[in-house]
Amino acid sequence: MNGAAGTVAAVVVAGGQIAAVAIGAPLLVGVMRTVRCRVEGRVGPPVGQPLRDLRKLFTKQRMRPDQSSWVFGAAPVVLVATAAVVAAIAPLATARPPLGQTADFFAIVFVLLLGSVFLALAALDTGTPFGGMGSSRAMTIGALAEPALLVAILAMAIPARTSNLPALVRIGLSHPQLIASPERILALVSFFVVILAETGRLPVDNPSTHLELTMIHEAMVLEYAGPDLALVTLGESMRLALLLGLLVNLVAPWGIAERPGAAAFVVGLGALALKVGVAGTAIAVFEVFTAKLRLFRLPELLAGGFVLAVAAAVTALVVR
Amino acid sequence: MTLRTAVRTILHPHTATEDLGPPPRPDPGARRLAGSLQVRHVDAGSCNGCELEITSAFGPVYDAERFGARLVASPRHADALVVTGPVTRNMAGPLAKTYDAMPEPRMVVAVGDCARDCGVFRGGYGVEGAVAEVVPVDVAVAGCPPHPEAITKALRGLTGR
Repeated sequence: MNGAAGTVAAVVVAGGQIAAVAIGAPLLVGVMRTVRCRVEGRVGPPVGQPLRDLRKLFTKQRMRPDQSSWVFGAAPVVLVATAAVVAAIAPLATARPPLGQTADFFAIVFVLLLGSVFLALAALDTGTPFGGMGSSRAMTIGALAEPALLVAILAMAIPARTSNLPALVRIGLSHPQLIASPERILALVSFFVVILAETGRLPVDNPSTHLELTMIHEAMVLEYAGPDLALVTLGESMRLALLLGLLVNLVAPWGIAERPGAAAFVVGLGALALKVGVAGTAIAVFEVFTAKLRLFRLPELLAGGFVLAVAAAVTALVVR
Repeated sequence: MTLRTAVRTILHPHTATEDLGPPPRPDPGARRLAGSLQVRHVDAGSCNGCELEITSAFGPVYDAERFGARLVASPRHADALVVTGPVTRNMAGPLAKTYDAMPEPRMVVAVGDCARDCGVFRGGYGVEGAVAEVVPVDVAVAGCPPHPEAITKALRGLTGR
């Protein structure tokens, strides 16, 4: 492929994936809310409600606490920007994203973590007690969840001999027996626990809580209003969609575009939407029947995830 | 719950939700909200009768959430402030502060007879006054306590759905 055409293809694929995640993520949240409402015996809001909320928030007045610094205004932008970078390079709709060389699994985790760290700093920046409480809790959970994720990635990378994410997805396509291998299953279960913790879903955090003392993620964003809040909400839903997208492509890569071309890319987008939708529906149904874990019992859950990841890594090393 | 019943519940829900008919005439401020209403509730000294009815309005039977209204945890996130009870001396300051913390455009819904005109607590030694004497009220819901249907109707007027 020559230079100019390659650049155009890279921009189109990256732009397409960013647009798909930016529009699809609020819809994913809408689907999950609707499913929850239906299982609870309610009609619930239409699936597009989160998009309406975002549209309205962008037109509202910008309001920032008196004593906050530039960090408070920068955090929402960093959150959305990091999610957009990951959406551009990750194997979501195509297994060969033109920028896939840079999509190292470890790098992606740390890019996403940058957004969380900025959000925690912004919550401290407001000077409210709930903000500090939320930051401290979010960082505690992050410190417990990230090692599990890193070891889980290691376990997936050992048999594949690479931690490049598109390569990991392609290996699942060319060697389907690898997906059902013990180390991959253990690693993916661990990855799933980490996703629940990092995106603030039950049983780690209740996304619809109004009780400040039980909040983790929500406590950090209590001071955001208007366009800032819109960016925070968008960034958080994009993170959820991205992590679920990566998970489903590692569990079931089928449908993803394996070669360049517009038709394959569109089919890949459709397959991605379907797979993420199914995963989101499953999480939403699970959430209806789950209570939030007590904060002091969270380390048990996350330690469980870490143990699974270590078991996966050991299996990957021993079973050769 | 088996997988089959779970799938059936999602596709064909046996909801307890009542059909509340077509939307009422939208309030003047509804257009700017574009069908999305985040609600912050402040209890300014209520007997908790109105709180029960608000909880019921967001419950499975009346399900105000299907019309685009949602309860939120912070006045910064809110478009509408739902106030219940007569404003007591201790709550007059916090109520005014909550209103000031909300970004424009903002609205106030006074729910219940106490919020409208202090109700049975009128003239009480701890009562500062009705909600309208502390913050500007856009919509008032009558009743002691108001029926959840009346609360849902007031919120629908603001979402326009």
